[in-house]
Amino acid sequence: MVEAAAGEQLFTMPSLGADMEAGRLVAWKVGVGDAVKRGDIVAEVETEKGLIEVEVFADGVVRELLVEPGAKVPVGTALARIGGAAESGAAAGGEAETDGAGAGGAARVDVAYAPAAAPGSAPGEAIGEPVESVGETAYGAAPGKTKLDGAPSTPAARREAREKQLDVGGVRGSGSHGRVGLEDVRGAEGDAGGARVASAAATGARGEGSAAEAGRVRATPVARRRAEERGVDLGAVEGSGRDGVILLADVEKAPVGVTGPAKTKAASPAEAMRAAIGAAMARSKREIPHYYLTHTIDLGAAMSWLEARNADRPPTERVVPAALLVKATALALKKVPELNAWWTGSAAPPKAEVNVGVAISLRGGGLVAPAIPGTDQLGLDALMAAMSDVVERARRGALRASEMGSATVTVTSLGDRGVESVIPVIIPPQVAIVGFGTPSERPWVVDGEVVPRTLVTASVAGDHRVTDGHHGARLLARIEKLLQKPEKLDS
Amino acid sequence: MSSYRDAIRSALRQLMQEDERVFLMGEDVGNYGGAYAVSKGLLEEFGPERIRDTPLAESGFVGAGIGAALGGMRPIVEVMTVNFSLLALDQVVNNAATMRHMSGGQFEVPLVVRMATGGGKQIAAQHSHSLENWFAHVPGIKCLAPATVQDARDMVLQAVADPDPVFVFEHQLLYGMTGELDEEAAPADPWRAIVRRPGEDVTLIGWAGTLGKCLEAAEALAKEGVEAEVVDLRCLRPIDFPTLAASVTKTHRAVIVDEGWKTGGLAGELMAGLMERVFYELDGPIRRVCTAEVPIPYAKHMEDHALPTVERVVAAAKESLRG
Repeated sequence: MVEAAAGEQLFTMPSLGADMEAGRLVAWKVGVGDAVKRGDIVAEVETEKGLIEVEVFADGVVRELLVEPGAKVPVGTALARIGGAAESGAAAGGEAETDGAGAGGAARVDVAYAPAAAPGSAPGEAIGEPVESVGETAYGAAPGKTKLDGAPSTPAARREAREKQLDVGGVRGSGSHGRVGLEDVRGAEGDAGGARVASAAATGARGEGSAAEAGRVRATPVARRRAEERGVDLGAVEGSGRDGVILLADVEKAPVGVTGPAKTKAASPAEAMRAAIGAAMARSKREIPHYYLTHTIDLGAAMSWLEARNADRPPTERVVPAALLVKATALALKKVPELNAWWTGSAAPPKAEVNVGVAISLRGGGLVAPAIPGTDQLGLDALMAAMSDVVERARRGALRASEMGSATVTVTSLGDRGVESVIPVIIPPQVAIVGFGTPSERPWVVDGEVVPRTLVTASVAGDHRVTDGHHGARLLARIEKLLQKPEKLDS
Repeated sequence: MSSYRDAIRSALRQLMQEDERVFLMGEDVGNYGGAYAVSKGLLEEFGPERIRDTPLAESGFVGAGIGAALGGMRPIVEVMTVNFSLLALDQVVNNAATMRHMSGGQFEVPLVVRMATGGGKQIAAQHSHSLENWFAHVPGIKCLAPATVQDARDMVLQAVADPDPVFVFEHQLLYGMTGELDEEAAPADPWRAIVRRPGEDVTLIGWAGTLGKCLEAAEALAKEGVEAEVVDLRCLRPIDFPTLAASVTKTHRAVIVDEGWKTGGLAGELMAGLMERVFYELDGPIRRVCTAEVPIPYAKHMEDHALPTVERVVAAAKESLRG
């Protein structure tokens, strides 16, 4: 395990969404000796969701780059050492291969990942060679150090192997489901082949603190509960507590859905993304008791106003109806804050800021919903620019880490698909999602007359653990009201 | 600024000025001014009818207090230390605590018993124990343990206002402590615990004599980057588990600092109550820092070693971070 020295911080592979297990470092944007400050983009990381620019959260000087571009590593793996801001990076400069940052590193990136930079290419093409064994990377924390391939292993076994600096290639586990226990590792020590079948008798002599050998993972009550909530397999989590006990913090930084090293099938990026979406949606449908409401809204006033507003503007500065809908949703959420929240396992305290995640379908298949920070605060032009920017970057695979996990609610609008309405599925840990069908001209009764009007069917799915249909109804009613005074949305 | 001792006296004086049914009795509360000088000057102010010296007979004068309370008075009985209160346990457990229930609600016992508790002053085993848990065990009475100057005043006022027997445990090391006292302030609900210092990483639970140690430990931990939340239990019966549980739900770890002995003590009760309520929030076993299982020694170095120390609290908190 890489540990930070005094005065240093480790820059680690971030979790860019609750369903991310591992990421591939595509390129370094900095080199050893470079000064960085919080918010600087220091690396590009490729996930199932595409290429993402990753910000650093510390100020300082890059002392050492620990992972080569191209390597796929689990979430939480140390990628670089960042020294204190006041210290010089010069001392460390000589020993790092990526010294000078620019030419060498960038060249490698260009060769391997050139398509990623090409706007408009499908994600499937953009993402280069995917994936070695997900399970293996999830296990073998630092490459080159001890790893246990092929079977689940207990925390105590991994700790023993790590401490003894063993490289046990094929230890055969004697526990249930072939789980590798402490005795198995001890037995493998000094055995060149590294494989040995531990006899049942050998496990008889275990002392206190090695309950893990019996196949029971030692984890604290809250760690166990959180693992269940998040779909984390405790057998695949390294415990940092005394005697290798798994603590809450270990679970929270563990990859979701890893079911042990048996999961070795290489997946294409498109498959991986599909699997990630599947995992998130399956969890949503499994855990969240959804309620659904729909409401037809007269967009007549909004469309006329928008048409007038757009009339004397060049096409690049025009605002599309979707921006109005997003803005109306953001403002409406300020009045129904219960729906703008994250489920924390027992409650969902409302979030102070409204960051609407905009669902964007990707041309190569798949879906992302990056957040637009402070959506309710943006004027229509600013919001339109933000939406265009995020759509463009999503399609070329250049979303930022901070956009991937910060949405407080999602809006899905199937405007260009021509369907009448959408009954959406909540993206955990959010507690609501708002959908809009295609605005279209339909018959509508105004003052006793049937007249053609532009209508949109709005819908909301809410988490019944947190709110009731009453809240959803208030939200839709509020959106409708806001859309009748479109000029008020432009501030 | 006022001392803890002055704060209690301020409450006693106000109570006696406002309600002629209130009187104070106990060993040496009159001419001597109280073993810890709490009632100094009150005899001159209110006279021997209302500031009554008693014989050295706890069972007798606590019993007399119960009788006076049944008869409509509002007696405040001072017992010199919790060690001596054992002589009055029969009156407490069999009479004070039971009257309301055994009379079908016809009689109430609005009695207040104040007593010093705790060690640290080298007055040896028979004057230094913390036996609050003996009282906190008994249904029918309430137990308060003020740890601040403000609580010292407020809790005596609220104890007298309560229609049932209330026991106030005053840690003997606190009498000289000074702090802010607002005599006009609306008192905090005496039956609820209070978070004295917010933190995210571990909950330190203390009361009376151990609250200060918890706060000091929290300061030391903060220097090492550990943010401890300090909860002042304040009321030992009934125990405010919702506040404790909320804190542990936030921090997932707890250290209970109890000057009583570990075996059969309040710390164990708090652990069990938390385990029943928030087991699935715990990120490791709850820890206890208690007094060594010996009669409190007289020798200073031995007494210091026997009582909970800031260092032991810090060590237990750090240990809890590792599960």
